[in-house]
Amino acid sequence: MKKLAVEATGLAKWFGEGEAKTIAVNEVSFTANLGEILYIVGPSGSGKTTLLSMISGILKPNAGQVLLEGKDIWRMSSDELADFRLNKIGFVFQDYHLFSRLTTVENVAIPLILKKCDWDESMRIALEYLDIVGLKDRAYLPPVKLSGGEQQRVAIARAIASRPDILIFDEPTASLDGDTGRKIVEFVKQHILNENRCIIIVTHDSRIFEYADRIIHMEDGKIVEGD
Amino acid sequence: MFGILKIAFKLLVNDKGKFAALLVGITFAVFLMIMMTSMFAGILARSSSTVTNIGAKMWVLDPAVNNVSSSIPMPDYVQDAVRSIPGVRYAVPLYSGGAQVKLKSGIYQGVTVIGLDDATLFGRPDLMQGKIEDIYAENGFIVVNDAEFKKLDSPKVGDEFELNDHRGVVVGIAKANTSGLFGVPTLYTTYHRAITYIPSTRFTTSYILVQPKSSSDIPHIKLEVQKLGYQALTDDEFIQKISNFYMYQTGLGINVMLMTVISFIVGLSISGQTFYTFILENLEKFGALKAIGAKSRELISMILFQAGFTAFLGYGLGVGLASLIIMLAKLRLPDYAAQITNMNLGIAFIMVLIIASISSYIGVRKVIRIEPFDIFRG
Ligand SMILES: Nc1ncnc2c1ncn2[C@@H]1O[C@H](COP(=O)(O)OP(=O)(O)OP(=O)(O)O)[C@@H](O)[C@H]1O
Ligand SMILES: [Mg+2]
Repeated sequence: MKKLAVEATGLAKWFGEGEAKTIAVNEVSFTANLGEILYIVGPSGSGKTTLLSMISGILKPNAGQVLLEGKDIWRMSSDELADFRLNKIGFVFQDYHLFSRLTTVENVAIPLILKKCDWDESMRIALEYLDIVGLKDRAYLPPVKLSGGEQQRVAIARAIASRPDILIFDEPTASLDGDTGRKIVEFVKQHILNENRCIIIVTHDSRIFEYADRIIHMEDGKIVEGD
Repeated sequence: MFGILKIAFKLLVNDKGKFAALLVGITFAVFLMIMMTSMFAGILARSSSTVTNIGAKMWVLDPAVNNVSSSIPMPDYVQDAVRSIPGVRYAVPLYSGGAQVKLKSGIYQGVTVIGLDDATLFGRPDLMQGKIEDIYAENGFIVVNDAEFKKLDSPKVGDEFELNDHRGVVVGIAKANTSGLFGVPTLYTTYHRAITYIPSTRFTTSYILVQPKSSSDIPHIKLEVQKLGYQALTDDEFIQKISNFYMYQTGLGINVMLMTVISFIVGLSISGQTFYTFILENLEKFGALKAIGAKSRELISMILFQAGFTAFLGYGLGVGLASLIIMLAKLRLPDYAAQITNMNLGIAFIMVLIIASISSYIGVRKVIRIEPFDIFRG
């Protein structure tokens, strides 16, 4: 029996008014389970990022609801929601968004520091996660000294350092060459996925489809296939 | 909270170029503000040095007098009239005027001569050498050992000079309290010798120094003096009057104020601009922090900390630099009239706070407005 991680029902989001109104996501419902890697794929502009943002609590939907582990996230106050994201969700951004003025280990420690974990303890834990992604020896370099694939792994280490239940990747392989991209996802599947964690990946990249447990196809803001 | 401030600190100081530019901007602004205002404070303090040094509680003067050295002489009856005002313990004349001294080397040097009331020597200086009674000795003068002392070839007790063709003998060396503004040495002698040696108009009393019986008598004394057509001021009021003259009637005050405002604007634009680019550069990262779960107030506290830290450090450096320069200038140039008062420090501090507040306000506004969604979309 799989446990539900995400349960989205009737999600809708539109931008603009009148003539300029674009419906980015139109009445989308789907579920994601703990222990699986779920892909959301579809052409550019089909609403994937918008959908991902609504289920991860950074974009408020115009309609519908999102239950994360049974909790309706859009009924929380903004502070509660921020805490919820901090504790339950890990983000890996397409452009990584690592601080170039901090060392790699400090970057990884940021979620822990935001959780008010003591500085030295945060560094110690961050170092463990850097070890998991195989970059312990780069801990004290600034991220700009690392290759693209290594920076991606740093971003993954930062996303998992707070031990979130749900990991969100938007185009994780977009700025990597095919080989590196595949290795990253393979690594995620082997080392980061476990039965208490759900990983949702948005991608165009058909070369990494083989690592998906399930694929949802989107077009024009709607799910056309899957789930 | 400590942890994210440490992050904020590292983001700030690890960006060495911008951090240096920020510090230079604030340090420079503080430095300029302190230099300008302390120069002004120094000039004001010196402009009323005679009032401070004489130490009388009240001064009677012609209402048109607005600085000590340009006194307007009063007829003798004024002194008698003041003496008979109830509440006056005593009232004595003071002479203040300029003269030319011919030094042994044959060189002329302008001096200020202060003539003390013969009977009481009220307002006498503290002596470093010699005895005050010797002021009564033939041709006796006391020289003040202030910044201008060297202009009289640093005389010793017993040295002679010529003052308006009269012989003068140095009988004592006085300690300097506050030096004057005009760069001329000061000599003390008796009132009578002063008016004999220095050609004067029909009236000879420059000021009447009044000691009231108690401070409650002051308003009454003022009123009575006013009836005589003259003005009685407490020492503080006289100092204020002189300061007002320099501040508002010489253009000095306006100039100093303009310079202070300009240094403020320079500091604000350098620091504000640099801080703004600093925030812009990190904006996406701040957005990412928001997405990860940082609350707005945590981001605000990071920005306030960065702005505050830079401001206080810059303030300290600016004050230190200004003090150092003033100290060095004074070593070389005893006449240099700058003095750093608490007021100067306070003004500069307030300016720095304003610079920091404006800079962080701009940063905070930016950071509050970023939507994690926009960062997420890339
Ligand atoms: N802030 C916004 N304002 C106006 N329109 C927006 C905004 N965000 C997204 N949209 C529109 O919503 C639609 C869906 O955008 P979204 O970024 O979710 O697509 P996507 O599937 O992630 O595309 P891509 O694969 O190119 O990243 C697009 O038509 C886009 O132009
Ligand atoms: Mg997208």
